[in-house]
Amino acid sequence: MAFVPTSESRALLSPALTDDEVLRIRNDFPILARPMGGHPLIYLDSGATSQNPISVIEAEQEFYEQRNAAVHRGAHLLAVEATESFEDARETLAAFVGADADEIIWTSNATEGLNLLSYAFLNSSLPGAAGPAARFALGAGDEIVVTEMEHHANLIPWQQLAERTGATLRFVPVDDAGALDLDAAAGIISPATRVLAFSHASNVLGTINPVKTLVAMARRVGALTVLDACQSAPHLPLDVKDLDVDFAVLSGHKMLGPTGIGVLYGRSELLNALPPFLTGGSMITTVTMERAAFLPAPQRFEAGTQKVSQAIALAAAANYLTETGMGRVHAWESLLGQRLVEGLSSIPGIRVLGPAPGEERIGLASFDVAGVHAHDVGQFLDSKGIAVRVGHHCAQPLHRRLGLTASTRASTYLYNTTSDVDTFLAAVAGVRAYFGA
Amino acid sequence: MSLEQLYQQIILEHAKLRTGSGLAETPVPAGASAGQSHQLNPVCGDEVTVRVAVSDGKVAQLRWDGQGCSISMASASVLAELAEGMDVAGFTAVIDSFRDVLRSRGKLAADPEILGDAAAFEGVSKYAARVKCAMISWVAAEDALAQARTSSTAP
Repeated sequence: MAFVPTSESRALLSPALTDDEVLRIRNDFPILARPMGGHPLIYLDSGATSQNPISVIEAEQEFYEQRNAAVHRGAHLLAVEATESFEDARETLAAFVGADADEIIWTSNATEGLNLLSYAFLNSSLPGAAGPAARFALGAGDEIVVTEMEHHANLIPWQQLAERTGATLRFVPVDDAGALDLDAAAGIISPATRVLAFSHASNVLGTINPVKTLVAMARRVGALTVLDACQSAPHLPLDVKDLDVDFAVLSGHKMLGPTGIGVLYGRSELLNALPPFLTGGSMITTVTMERAAFLPAPQRFEAGTQKVSQAIALAAAANYLTETGMGRVHAWESLLGQRLVEGLSSIPGIRVLGPAPGEERIGLASFDVAGVHAHDVGQFLDSKGIAVRVGHHCAQPLHRRLGLTASTRASTYLYNTTSDVDTFLAAVAGVRAYFGA
Repeated sequence: MSLEQLYQQIILEHAKLRTGSGLAETPVPAGASAGQSHQLNPVCGDEVTVRVAVSDGKVAQLRWDGQGCSISMASASVLAELAEGMDVAGFTAVIDSFRDVLRSRGKLAADPEILGDAAAFEGVSKYAARVKCAMISWVAAEDALAQARTSSTAP
């Protein structure tokens, strides 16, 4: 199950989890014990949403039972404790991604984080925006560059920003093997490029993109970089300072946390120059009837009541992952990814999308079954207790590039065993016969 | 509920038969007025275009093109087989009955007297995510029919 690591890979730096360790980890996830229609649940949809360990569920419950109060206001002890827990959670997430605490902004999800940036850049581009915001202003002649493999969340906010400012949206194409065409990128990323937004790992292909190479291209032309870390932060050691990106987003529910919480990372100096997106309570210094002055980041971007219990539960998830060891999680899932792609590739009529067997990928594989629609594949697997994702996975342009409208995706996490993968592969081998394809 | 209750043999067969598929190949019958409707399921990207031709108060022809899962393709195939030759009021009643069953979350039994082969889709109603697959061509047919009737009554 060996593979050739990518140029920036850290997958081989740590020993993988062992089968015994994974079996112990599974005991921490109550839902994994639930039978599905008479079968044991085989959950291979963590790329869409991950399951929660008991420590995460208890952290949220404990907050409501013991420490619930409004944060950043109120002089009573409960409010003090709630605020401390909330800010401790920020420090935990900052450490998890290698940032400082004041560079971590809570959002509802990664989509909101990307929209926050898009709207803050738009606000910087409006007539009358001046001063430090000028560095973010976009207009005709400016270019925003994304990639052809983006999730819609890292595409549409930039389409909208381009449309509203007169800037041009361009994209780095994907080659037939599911890798970014870096030669093309070198031509596309030019002095006109103001923003380069791209995913760390593809939610469809499993490709791990060469972040440092792309960041270097952006730096040379003075463009800002935005990293979609939704499929990387949960699965591999992430260090935003080492990668040297300007902004990054991640999603809580994809990394063992609850729904309704995400993180936007931004370099402190940039966040404090960026105009706010949502305005209102909790993000101001002095307010008159005519105008308001804003707090520095992160409060500058956290108007209104925050997602307190979710942030605290997300910190519990980050602690769980850190204690397990992100390097070891990454190494384990790399093996599962190889097992998936090798097994799928050996089944007649299956076309695996993205990197070939033996090339590094995260622990997921999307595939097309000749003559059988992805929805039917998913339904067939569901009848055996196997949960996978079907559809375009919020990446229509990428599917179109690959000549498909939909695919089936199996995505693993630290709680998946090799036997999960093998049971899945055996089931996939029976799909075409069932549908007469 | 077993997979076999969802994917009844009749559905698997119709998914391959695709009765009535091929819009370009079959022209609208002379003297009939036609309407056409394109529907897309944004969840999965499935799409279907249905053309209904009406003549003398009857469905003279129903043709479709589309791509999608076995449920959506079989549903369009059964629809085409059922519709041709029905009077417009009867066809509308069949569409209404099909919708009622599909949206009932398994509570309403399909009447084979009314729905014919389309009664096989009864089991789909228990799979909320698949109801749209079964409905997509019927929604298109309803829209196409309304257009055909409008154009036939136009001065």
